[in-house]
Amino acid sequence: MFETFLAIVRRDLVLAVRHQSDLFSTLFFFVIVVSLFPLAIGPELETLRLIAPGVVWVAALLASMLALERMFAVDHADGTLEQMLLTPYPLALLVVGKVFAHWLVTGLPLVLMAPVLGLQYDLSLQALGVLLLSLLLGTPVLSLIGAIGAALTLGLRGGGVLVSLLVLPLTIPVLIFGAGAVEASVSGLGAEGHLSMLSAILVVSLFFAPLATALALRISSE
Amino acid sequence: MLDAKDLECIRGDRRLFHGLTLHLAPGELLHVHGRNGSGKSTLLRALCGLFTPTRGEVRWNGSPITSLREEFSREVLYLGHKAAIKDDLSALENLRIASTLDGHSLAEEQVWQALEQMGLRGFEDLPSKHLSQGQKRRVALARLLVSRARLWILDEPFSALDSAAVEALQAVIGSHLAAGGMVILTTHQEVALTQGEVKQLRLGKGEKGYV
Repeated sequence: MFETFLAIVRRDLVLAVRHQSDLFSTLFFFVIVVSLFPLAIGPELETLRLIAPGVVWVAALLASMLALERMFAVDHADGTLEQMLLTPYPLALLVVGKVFAHWLVTGLPLVLMAPVLGLQYDLSLQALGVLLLSLLLGTPVLSLIGAIGAALTLGLRGGGVLVSLLVLPLTIPVLIFGAGAVEASVSGLGAEGHLSMLSAILVVSLFFAPLATALALRISSE
Repeated sequence: MLDAKDLECIRGDRRLFHGLTLHLAPGELLHVHGRNGSGKSTLLRALCGLFTPTRGEVRWNGSPITSLREEFSREVLYLGHKAAIKDDLSALENLRIASTLDGHSLAEEQVWQALEQMGLRGFEDLPSKHLSQGQKRRVALARLLVSRARLWILDEPFSALDSAAVEALQAVIGSHLAAGGMVILTTHQEVALTQGEVKQLRLGKGEKGYV
């Protein structure tokens, strides 16, 4: 069973490596959006430090929406999704594999890039660490919740916009606690509370989102 | 064995068929006939559990497939219109992943052998997007050679194949039946397997949907 999980992850990673334009579009979007703000607002460090958590988190949120539509669309188009529905394994397990691969390709690069981009906002080393940690806990949740939206809008025309409209409202708690963690750290309050909330959200969505996604996939592919 | 009782399928607001009952025992082949749009593909999808019929139920060895789920999936191999071939993966990788998803990993040896038997020698390592339509179909059909499923549900398996491949596929289906397997297929071509000792089912207006 674990072998199948690994096979799905490995397959999606190989596909991503062979299709590198997909790999970099999310990351470039994130880098550009985050870098535009200091240019537009000007070099006032006080202001930049204030807006940094919000800007980075909103940019990460929007960047992760970009790639969502493709999560199941290609599999749906070439028929491999039908075969995934007919495997002798729980579909939710395969969904976790797909979401994990998707996160490795689109989420993890954002997490790793964020501290570098944070330097433009004059964040302290400690705040950068909290930013990294909050994104590390938060971006998997974005992929997990996004998977539900991607599965529901499978095969619909203009699905991309619809996914964002469906998913963005659901990710508001992640945004609040993610950006809140960095803000708390900047103002010296300590980020533990926010990070614990993010971890709790991650655990809950790791349990429920794959089940909901599996159900949505069965409905969409009828 | 596979039983379907009183099946009714509705797509959109069109009733494709109703009151359809069929029974398939080991070693039998069911050939589904019908015009385009008469519900052949929907019937096949309903029989393998991808489509929920509006009424009636499908049973495998006496238990409804909706309660068997994964257990039933292990016994069935479905090949639809879409070949389920990833364009960026080679024939070799495609076949390996497909069989891992089917629930059994293959040795390197078996994969090469199956591809050679399907006449894909020399094309194993090529990305599938460089293969022709017929060759992609052959990669998909190579799954039959390594499958352990007892029930094969094949939607237009002969389309896009040349005569040599049609013959090879007939032989594969023939030996599966001889080994006690079951096959349900649709095709518009008349091939040796679709005549003689096979069950025929005709879908469409004026036809009696009964085997």
